[in-house]
Amino acid sequence: MLRMLLRRLALGAITVAIVSIIIFSGVELLPGDACTAFLEREAKGKLLENCREAQGLNRGPIERYLDWAISAVQGDLGVSANGQKSITELVGNRLKNSLLLAASSLALGVPLAIFLGVITGLWRDRPIDLTLSTLAIFAMTIPEFVSATVLILVFSVWLGWLPGIVLTPAHAPAIEFFPEILLPVIVLTMVMTAHILRMVRSSVIEVMAGDYVQMATLKGVPYWRIVFRHALPNALLPAINVVALTVAWLLGGVVVIEVVFNYPGLGRMIIDSISDRDLPVVQAIALIVATVYVGVNLSADLLTMFANPRLRTLYMRRK
Amino acid sequence: MTNTVIDIKDITVGFSGKSGAILPVLRNVDLAVAQGESIGIVGESGSGKSTLALAAMGYLKRGLRLLNGSVSFRGEDMFEQSRPGLEKIRGGELALIPQNSGQSLTPTLRIGAQIIEALRLHSALSPADYQAKAVELLGQVRLPEPETIMARFPHELSGGQQQRAAIAMALAGEPHTLLLDEPTTGLDVTTQAHILELLRDIAQERSMAMVYVSHDLGAIARVCDRVIVMYAGEVVLDGTTRQVLKSPVHPYARGLLASIPRLADQHLPVALDGRPPAPGGAGQGCSFVDRCALAKERCHVERPELSQVDSGELVRCFYSEEAQALSLVGAGGVPVEVKSDAPPALTLGDLSISYHSPGLFDRFLGRQSIHVATVDDIDITVGRGETLGLVGESGSGKSTILKSIAGLLPPADGSIEMAEGEALAPAVENRSPDHLRRVQLIFQNPDDSLNPRHTVAEILAQPLKLYFGLSGAELNTRSAEILDRVRLGVHYLDRLPSQLSGGEKQRVAIARAFAADPEVVLCDEVTSALDVSVQAAVLDLLNALKERQGTTYVFVSHDLAVVKALSDRVAVLYQGRLCEIGPSEQVYATPSHPYSEVLLGAVLEPDPDVAPNLATDDVVESSPPAQGCPFQRRCPRKIGQICDTDTPPWQETTNGHAIRCHHGIDELMRLQAEDGSA
Amino acid sequence: MTITAGSRTQNRFTPIVQVLRDVVARPSGAIGLTLVCLHLILALISPMIVAYDYKATNSSMMLTGPDAAHWLGTDHLGRDVFTRVLLGGREALLVTGVATPIAVTWGGFLGILFGLVGGRIDEVLMRFVDAFLSLPWILKMLVLIVTFGTGVEVLIPTLAFFYGIPVIRIARAATHDVIARDFVSAARARGHGRMTIIWRELLPNVLDTLMVEGAMRWSWMLLAFSSLSFLGFGVSPPTPDWGLMIADARGFMSFAPWGVLGPVIALSSLIIGINLTADALAKALGIDRAQKAPV
Repeated sequence: MLRMLLRRLALGAITVAIVSIIIFSGVELLPGDACTAFLEREAKGKLLENCREAQGLNRGPIERYLDWAISAVQGDLGVSANGQKSITELVGNRLKNSLLLAASSLALGVPLAIFLGVITGLWRDRPIDLTLSTLAIFAMTIPEFVSATVLILVFSVWLGWLPGIVLTPAHAPAIEFFPEILLPVIVLTMVMTAHILRMVRSSVIEVMAGDYVQMATLKGVPYWRIVFRHALPNALLPAINVVALTVAWLLGGVVVIEVVFNYPGLGRMIIDSISDRDLPVVQAIALIVATVYVGVNLSADLLTMFANPRLRTLYMRRK
Repeated sequence: MTNTVIDIKDITVGFSGKSGAILPVLRNVDLAVAQGESIGIVGESGSGKSTLALAAMGYLKRGLRLLNGSVSFRGEDMFEQSRPGLEKIRGGELALIPQNSGQSLTPTLRIGAQIIEALRLHSALSPADYQAKAVELLGQVRLPEPETIMARFPHELSGGQQQRAAIAMALAGEPHTLLLDEPTTGLDVTTQAHILELLRDIAQERSMAMVYVSHDLGAIARVCDRVIVMYAGEVVLDGTTRQVLKSPVHPYARGLLASIPRLADQHLPVALDGRPPAPGGAGQGCSFVDRCALAKERCHVERPELSQVDSGELVRCFYSEEAQALSLVGAGGVPVEVKSDAPPALTLGDLSISYHSPGLFDRFLGRQSIHVATVDDIDITVGRGETLGLVGESGSGKSTILKSIAGLLPPADGSIEMAEGEALAPAVENRSPDHLRRVQLIFQNPDDSLNPRHTVAEILAQPLKLYFGLSGAELNTRSAEILDRVRLGVHYLDRLPSQLSGGEKQRVAIARAFAADPEVVLCDEVTSALDVSVQAAVLDLLNALKERQGTTYVFVSHDLAVVKALSDRVAVLYQGRLCEIGPSEQVYATPSHPYSEVLLGAVLEPDPDVAPNLATDDVVESSPPAQGCPFQRRCPRKIGQICDTDTPPWQETTNGHAIRCHHGIDELMRLQAEDGSA
Repeated sequence: MTITAGSRTQNRFTPIVQVLRDVVARPSGAIGLTLVCLHLILALISPMIVAYDYKATNSSMMLTGPDAAHWLGTDHLGRDVFTRVLLGGREALLVTGVATPIAVTWGGFLGILFGLVGGRIDEVLMRFVDAFLSLPWILKMLVLIVTFGTGVEVLIPTLAFFYGIPVIRIARAATHDVIARDFVSAARARGHGRMTIIWRELLPNVLDTLMVEGAMRWSWMLLAFSSLSFLGFGVSPPTPDWGLMIADARGFMSFAPWGVLGPVIALSSLIIGINLTADALAKALGIDRAQKAPV
């Protein structure tokens, strides 16, 4: 069991390493380098040289990669392209804010989605299912910036209930982001819930139509007991994976939301740094995001393995 | 009868079809079961038998509705009952043993938990006693080490163990009525026999009422007092087991019985052509009219009612007296005789096949796993025009051998040769076009072996183009010819597999194989996925083709009677090793290898007077022992240490019959005569 | 993912007509297909039917409300909103319409290849693919765009590249499913060559999955394209594009919401239409799809 855990952790670490190589090579392959990108037209002469030195661009690629990677593991993400700010510092606050946003959405969205998914699955084709499923389709297909804009229009402009823009500065403590954080969280939750709901619904339908649920019925097990004890543990197993995928999506979706609402998170920082052509920052953020994603996936894998008896016995009873 | 437990009166069950019409799955069905009675419900796919059994519990699958009639259990109407009322009865007084326990047991709950749940719902015990009672129940169904089983999950048990666990779960509620929906389908021959004996004992001990649904007449013969035969949603025959199985008075029942191969037969079974009508497809007359040998005008326009004949049975036929004259044996084809000095068509020399190869990680870690070969030490020669049957249960390696002969699974060692010493390349990719053409393989499941996107014409065109370079008009003519030979009309050319029945699809697969004009045809359980009456048609067809072209068959099946019907010689395999080989007559008689004895003893004949002989437990082994006799762990005639260490020698009798055992032939004859095994 | 044959007559490569008929038979398919066709037609004919020049600014008529002359009013530069809405889909449909087939083709090709090759190479390559997919889409695309600039020549290959990668996984899974089936073993046993098996046995059964996937890819791509335009990394002004229009107009939402509502409805209806069609297509072809989060 322990061996399997370690093995998975190792695989995860390898994946992160591969991703870091991809990121690094990706940036390398772009024409020019971090300095020419940042300085653009002014990339010449002394300015360029200084920049290059500050960034350590005089060394070979492999050396630079290893240096970057090793420092990153220790928590040092290098300096921004203008050579002035420590990226780790810059990123710290933003990361906290984005995590706040993501975590709130997850905390709200996942339980809601599972709940609604189960309901629509059990009451399939009844009015509640038709309503919710249609809403889900809308939420899923419309781009987040559209839903965000519409919600701002309705709740901020017309009804005036919630603020439509975030004015709290980046370094402020989490509590100060309320109530500005509400609309962004609602938008994220909407989209996330829609995806998970559809998936849970189809899983519940499949399980409830299956042989062992029929057997439990014919064994005289009361309906709700069947649902909670026989059906859901099986129906929700694939949900773990979907939640993991959704987190991955969330890491990207957060970007657009942060821009729309002017939320001071990692997403907006990416946009800003890309506009500014600040490649070291972009690189660092990419690495963080990828690591988070791998971590989430790993947890999902382990959770599935633990929850699914077939896999559990496979790993635990191995001699 | 006085003590009627289940009383189903005139029920009609159906669903709404696409056009809105009601399509019936059950029509005017009556069923009365008394306490202590065991009733068998026999029918093929589409007969509605499972629906009937579930209806007795007041349960209908999604989309089905009760359109007419009533279902009572102990006087209470099951379809008028409240939900709590139903929950009390189901699993309590009335319990179900499902078809596929592997899928009917909740995968995320341990066996113990599921049995305790049944106890909690239906027994009067106090919670402290649940655990002990559950263990006791598992012991009653003869599961070894019940405490360990309690903690296991369903997928960790073998098929037979799962089925027993399901039986234990059903018994937890102390039912006096049991419903069994094909409980032994998919299980090995010996396992089936053991489970049936268990059920028989349980029913007799507790004088339960039992409703046993199956298509397997052998199982029914063993367990039931009365039998109901269903066809296209109707009851067509209702009588005692003896009456129905020995001398049925309905043409369908007679046809069904005649189409089942039996061990004692000297001939092929008689095929029943055609297929049952789909729900709603039966016209206004008798539902069997399209396939009935007796059909007259009245049968086309008027639907017969169930009426009682002199001997007491209920029959749904106008001409049941004439039905009695129909031969049960019929003019079935006699298998083609083969001269024993025929030149060899296929030779397997010291064949050894293995599924294992060390993985990258294993090699990296320096693990030298000792893998025992899946199949080993196979020396067989098949004469031209001969049919060699390969029998064995799961794990016997019979399908593996076929795959190797076909080149899909290169053997680890040994040789495969065709006539006159022509070696076949181990891998199919390396074989010459000539060799490829001469060896053809037919698969078990026609749903899977035909490309769903290809029409029958395209399917047949492939071998014709590949091996003979035919095209255009020539191709079409030849395709039509081949279809005709498998008794399918030209109009089948444009059809897709999804538009064909199981039997028709298998015939197309056979046509495809014969289109190549092969010398050797490998049949991998080709009848196992088909309905009983359809199996006979396919066997008949295979025999006719053999007669016409002198093809050599290697015929694999787990069904001993089917193998005997078609084969000249039979080889018995256990865990990938040969146990016995010889002319089928001799292999099926004594002296036999101890395993053959066990296997033959477990066969269930559709004859209530014949009891199986269970010589050993139905343990399923996962891999063969590293040395000695492969049957050493289960052999009822084990000598001792020698069986564990030394490979048994070949003991020969006559006509090329050989048995691989440490016992001598005379010894075996003596032992087996003592026990009186047939 | 299971692949089952549909219930109607199908030929080796399902004829388009029959499939279309099946799709329209379902209400979701009918609605979806109508919406999609409407948009496609509009995109083609709009330049010929619009009343105004989309570029024409008019400083005296900024942010006026809807009236007889300007059915959806004017934007912050005095341009007619209705005209721009009608034209707004052209760029998006052009880019995504070209990028989608490219994505499905190359992704499908590689996916089938990986599925057939199997073994260690396949495992290693899939690790790379998974690692690559772990980066949020936006990041990947922005990096490329930022370097190479915006414009159709960059967007098409970029979108085609990134949206082809998930197709690899799907095609690979479908390939694995199909080659495990007996009819492929039967073809092997007959001695057909590799290419023949791929072409005749594999492709017809994988193509259906790819078609449905293609429809979904198109919808995600449109989403990405409009998001990029919204962020300012897609089309450049003054080209009319719904995403860009929403970005421009939202600053004035409080008193001039029509500038936002027009493109919102246009964009949403197109994407919903594609999704409904994809759903109906999947059901018509008998493909069972698990809902996945977008990548």
